[in-house]
Amino acid sequence: MEKKITAPIDDKTARELKSGDYVYITGTIYTARDAAHKRMYEALEKGEKLPFDVKDNVIYYMGPSPAREGRPIGSAGPTTATRMDKYAPALLDLGLKGMIGKGKRRQNVKDSMIKNGAVYFAAVGGAGAILSKCIRESEVIAYDDLGTEAIRKLYVEDFPAIVVIDSEGNDLYETSVLEYKKE
Amino acid sequence: MREIEVREITENIKEMCIEAVHFLTDDMKEALLSAKKSEESPLGRKILEQLEENLAIAGEDMIPICQDTGMAVIFLEIGQDVHFTGGSLKDAINEGVRQGYTEGFLRKSVVSDPIIRENTGDNTPAVIHYDIVPGDKVRITVAPKGFGSENMSRIYMLKPADGIEGVKEAILSAVREAGPNACPPMVVGVGIGGTFEKCAYLAKKALTRPVNERSKTEYVAKLEEEMLDKINRSGIGPGGLGGSTTAFAVNIETYATHIAGLPVAVNICCHVNRHAVREL
Repeated sequence: MEKKITAPIDDKTARELKSGDYVYITGTIYTARDAAHKRMYEALEKGEKLPFDVKDNVIYYMGPSPAREGRPIGSAGPTTATRMDKYAPALLDLGLKGMIGKGKRRQNVKDSMIKNGAVYFAAVGGAGAILSKCIRESEVIAYDDLGTEAIRKLYVEDFPAIVVIDSEGNDLYETSVLEYKKE
Repeated sequence: MREIEVREITENIKEMCIEAVHFLTDDMKEALLSAKKSEESPLGRKILEQLEENLAIAGEDMIPICQDTGMAVIFLEIGQDVHFTGGSLKDAINEGVRQGYTEGFLRKSVVSDPIIRENTGDNTPAVIHYDIVPGDKVRITVAPKGFGSENMSRIYMLKPADGIEGVKEAILSAVREAGPNACPPMVVGVGIGGTFEKCAYLAKKALTRPVNERSKTEYVAKLEEEMLDKINRSGIGPGGLGGSTTAFAVNIETYATHIAGLPVAVNICCHVNRHAVREL
């Protein structure tokens, strides 16, 4: 089903999204990938505050290429989400509602998503040029020294994504492959 | 003896880095277009259309096809009658990468040490493979490699008794494990034979062969076709979201090996299988 949703995402909307839905996201989302996740995780372990409140928010696993003059951002497609699996449950427990990336998630993440009513979206990997057109504003809000891995606050319009894992743990990567498998 | 100034190498590598991340070779473009016609899944077709549009935007607006503009892998085939002048060849290559990634607005994705992990800020150093060949020409291949698919690549030290069936299972298991993480439709580069490092090199090199060109060795060409068919029956599909287009090609290179071994390397590349080639 095609749906238009806004970010941040409230609990009710997140729970209504089903594995296989094609969504267009409009609103504010945040970027973070490997190095930023490591830092956020270490901050939480030390009892420090995160650079932004993750509650009801969406994290886009993405590190852009540099912006050319007059553009908000460079190429901006998803990176592999699996690498963030170690850190994701801690953020989900704090109310993170959505993650955008590509690639499989491990069971610890799925369990935490079910517990917290969160959604995992895939954007099309390797489509960084077209996806950058949906990003209207971009601002580094933390960890500037990490370069492409800094945390950015983005404003996106009709950003296309597919619900891969919903809040009940249904995983499109598993179900869709079986549908087209021929032995 | 032919003299070549190293700054000519720098200039070419700079241009080739920028070219490779914005434009795919014709064989890759064709593979994408024909896949759109044969893909069985409606969502798969939608993803392939998005990739086609992405490619057009990349070239028109000079936005890299993928934000992961890779680690620069460079193959240099140097004619043995060439003499480089004006400085170190290696420094000249890295200077080309530095200029290309900085002036071309490409992402700097390289850290100086695998454990300490500080970004070098200019995407150097490159991974350089030199080969000395007869003649007085220099053939440069710049192949920026993204790590979504690189992380899903595998080496298997099979034994002679595993035979061709073992090789097939190794290839299929690497692809199955890679699934959506490697950004399918993928190109599968395979190296069979040699030693531990030689088969990995061959697998990487195989990715630079056009996807519409089969091996000249008959049994290898047959193996390439059989593997492609099996991979496209796996159901993984575009984006790993189900479908009949999981790979565009399986390119296999072979080499002599030891009586006790059968090394197999599977180097997976996403649909952004980039390389620029020039001969000086």
